[in-house]
Amino acid sequence: MINKTVSDVSKALEGVADGMTFMLGGFGLCGIPENAIAELVRLGVKNITCISNNAGVDDFGLGLLLQKHQIKKMISSYVGENDEFERQMLSGELEVELTPQGTLAEKCRAAQAGFPAFYTPAGYGTEVAEGKETREFDGKMYVLEPAFKADFSFVKAWKGDEAGNLIFKGTARNFNPCMCGAAKITVAEVEELLPAGSLDPNEIHIPGIFVQRIFQGEKYEKRIEQRTVRERN
Amino acid sequence: MLDKNGIAKRIAKEVKDGFYVNLGIGIPTLVANFVRDDISVEFQSENGVLGMGPFPFEGEEDADIINAGKQTITTLPGASFFDSALSFGMIRGQHVDLTILGAMEVAENGDIANWKIPGKMVKGMGGAMDLVASAENIIVAMMHTNKAGQSKLLKRCTLPLTGVGCVKKIVTNLAVLEVTQKGFKLLERAPGVTVEEIVKATEGKLIVDGEIPEMKI
Repeated sequence: MINKTVSDVSKALEGVADGMTFMLGGFGLCGIPENAIAELVRLGVKNITCISNNAGVDDFGLGLLLQKHQIKKMISSYVGENDEFERQMLSGELEVELTPQGTLAEKCRAAQAGFPAFYTPAGYGTEVAEGKETREFDGKMYVLEPAFKADFSFVKAWKGDEAGNLIFKGTARNFNPCMCGAAKITVAEVEELLPAGSLDPNEIHIPGIFVQRIFQGEKYEKRIEQRTVRERN
Repeated sequence: MLDKNGIAKRIAKEVKDGFYVNLGIGIPTLVANFVRDDISVEFQSENGVLGMGPFPFEGEEDADIINAGKQTITTLPGASFFDSALSFGMIRGQHVDLTILGAMEVAENGDIANWKIPGKMVKGMGGAMDLVASAENIIVAMMHTNKAGQSKLLKRCTLPLTGVGCVKKIVTNLAVLEVTQKGFKLLERAPGVTVEEIVKATEGKLIVDGEIPEMKI
């Protein structure tokens, strides 16, 4: 067994520096690497590029990094829940590359799987395809999209073991598996870190080969963006 | 004229037994409330769940189980969770039978704009571009006109496009229309709405062929 465990979040983030590109898992506030984000805020790294489907809300998730103006560029598909984001984008302080959600996921997966680029129909004929190579296959048009290149991936899983094997829970899975092994270094934080052998190999979602560092997150707030419930009758 | 629930109710009739369906945010979400309960349908949410159920009872919300609108949800027997790449593989690979989404504008050639108002609203396209580019069966749910009374069914979209030539059917507060090679074909009128009213509210080319029946909902 190759042990991927690091003692805490500061060890896990060793090597992060100004100007780097980070992938961050999560959809909305669901399944975000809360501890890694808090540490990035604490470290105060600047001019970073973040690849993340969303940009958090004003006071949580990536919103915390936006507040401190640590982010130079965001690559996301939907940023509607964050007023500070919209303000920084419309004023030109923040560079934003809006990318269709499925393309965003596949650009991560392509990096993970060793594809330099892929063709997708998403965005053909729209401003997303401007300046990009297009090609027809069987009468339908596709856009060539390159794989992402990133320095660190920060992902969050439910359970993990010392070998870096990961299991996700519910829709907190989202972009996290696609980002594992898609950057030079993948840092996984988990709610529960277990000894190797504790997880059934049949149940592993992401094998430890895609993870360089794993640690147990100190706490998870797991904030709910839209609490919707129904009446009991 | 239909209200939002009326539009959802009419669209629910397009949902057939055995369909996997993706519902967008807004009116499309309401469609789930009106699908017949004697057919088997599974709702897909592109953040990574198939077999979505109703909202949870109070106190049973789980922050790890949400839909694409970031709302807390439940799952039904047979449900599954998956990652974003697989989710859009389902969509891009045309395994999802029906996509229902909202729009700001639709053009007579099937172009759709629903993600951006330059200089004003830039929230992002989310999964909309992937959905419209890939789905074979797309129904748009929207009001026929905007708040200023201007038609949203146009010759050409004025807003940045989400996808080209992809919309097949539109259900509005006034009518059901099909997008054809020659323009919007009027299929049904909403209860109490005349053909003249629909003609007046439609800027794009409208094809009125024979007697237009009133919708049954």
